[in-house]
Amino acid sequence: MHASLFQPSLLAQYLVSADFFQGAAMTLWLSVASLALGLGVGLLIAIGQEAPWRAVRSAVWAYIWLFRGTPVLLQLVFAFNVLPAFGVLLPGFACAVLALGLNEGAYMAEIMRSGIRAVGPGQRLAARALGLEEWRVMRWVVLPQALRIVIPPIGNQFVGMLKLSALVSVIGVKELLLTADETASGNFRYIETLTAAGVYYLALTTVFMAIQSVIERSFRRRPGARRAVVAENLQTVIR
Amino acid sequence: MTAPPVTPLLDAVAIWKSFGALEVLRGVDLSVTPGECLVLLGPSGSGKSTLLRCLNLLEPIASGSIMFEGKEIAGTPRKQAASLRRRMGMVFQNFELFQHLSALDNIAFGPVRVKHMPAKQARELAHHLLRKVHLPDKAAAFPDELSGGQQQRVAIARALAMEPALMLYDEPTSALDPETVGEVLSVMQELAEEGMTSIVVTHELGFARRAANEVVFMEAGLVAHRAPVAAFFDGSAPDRVVRFLHRMHG
Repeated sequence: MHASLFQPSLLAQYLVSADFFQGAAMTLWLSVASLALGLGVGLLIAIGQEAPWRAVRSAVWAYIWLFRGTPVLLQLVFAFNVLPAFGVLLPGFACAVLALGLNEGAYMAEIMRSGIRAVGPGQRLAARALGLEEWRVMRWVVLPQALRIVIPPIGNQFVGMLKLSALVSVIGVKELLLTADETASGNFRYIETLTAAGVYYLALTTVFMAIQSVIERSFRRRPGARRAVVAENLQTVIR
Repeated sequence: MTAPPVTPLLDAVAIWKSFGALEVLRGVDLSVTPGECLVLLGPSGSGKSTLLRCLNLLEPIASGSIMFEGKEIAGTPRKQAASLRRRMGMVFQNFELFQHLSALDNIAFGPVRVKHMPAKQARELAHHLLRKVHLPDKAAAFPDELSGGQQQRVAIARALAMEPALMLYDEPTSALDPETVGEVLSVMQELAEEGMTSIVVTHELGFARRAANEVVFMEAGLVAHRAPVAAFFDGSAPDRVVRFLHRMHG
């Protein structure tokens, strides 16, 4: 009973196993769903922060205070263990998306707000001068420009979410980490199981970083290609 | 001064406006008749730009009356203020073209988003207006691909696309390189000559001489002097106006 410390064949076996593949698919799905919820919540919160009504701004402030001020792990366990006491009985996956998404929303709001703030007040003034109502100013002038600004940080959040989703293993959602953990608990081959999970995480994050850079480049090419134009102008000056 | 022979298009009376403790407008009277080009001169900080923003309700006023197209518009609630603004085009010092839209789409923007004009019709209108501001080949250009003078001409076209009754220019050439000032001023002059009612805040005395019907001199939140263009520049103006004009010439 003298197994070598690391068995490459076992790692290879895990990498192609249905269990790990399903775990990775769950991690991906969980991340996408949570990020989507986070985006929606974040946008509402960011717009709420700019609202003319004090009550809305206070509510939004409290939301961010609450979700950024407590550990996401606590929020996750809270959703899973406390909500049922109030008659809200959600499956593990829904609890996971709820907790991760609501938490993400608080951070996303800050990103969206920085994007919205980066669109100068003159742009809004110009839109209002044309006769647009406030919500149309937001919809057609501010948000389209803010979107370009927030794409890089949102990409970062997504990569962060892929890793953060490992937390939901504590409430029994069988994503990558729990898959690895359960597999290892049968044979104590932690090195191979955790390495297999690590390889899947790296594959996912690498693919998404690549997608992110493609999106960024396609945005830079057209409108708002300020950096490129500045560089051109500099060259003209130098010439 | 005799009363204007025609009903004014816009008649602002006793406009007061403050930002906190600072009184920016202290009872300004200003009126413009249809087809008239009125130039607003005065030292910086005299309240000219603020006055323009009060006239199209971008800034609420503390008190006073603004009659526009025969209706009192001072104190209009926010929602209705938006639709009143459609009748007044505004051109800003820093152009403020929408950075994410091409020149053509900047111009078509108002008709499409505010008047719900079909996109095709709005684009045709935009092409027509690009020709009018002498930029027929810049339809596809984005704002950061255009010079300041070109951007400002697109901004004028964007305002015209709403078919306003009145154009408000807020120091339209102050942010421009000297070599592009002329192309913007000549577009503005052409519009004025076609009968576009305009109020122009500017430091360009040459433009005032060429295009204005009347010149208003503001100082410290008040209209200090108002005269038809010829009388304004013939030396008969009050001393402090003449001193200001001398300073402007450098």
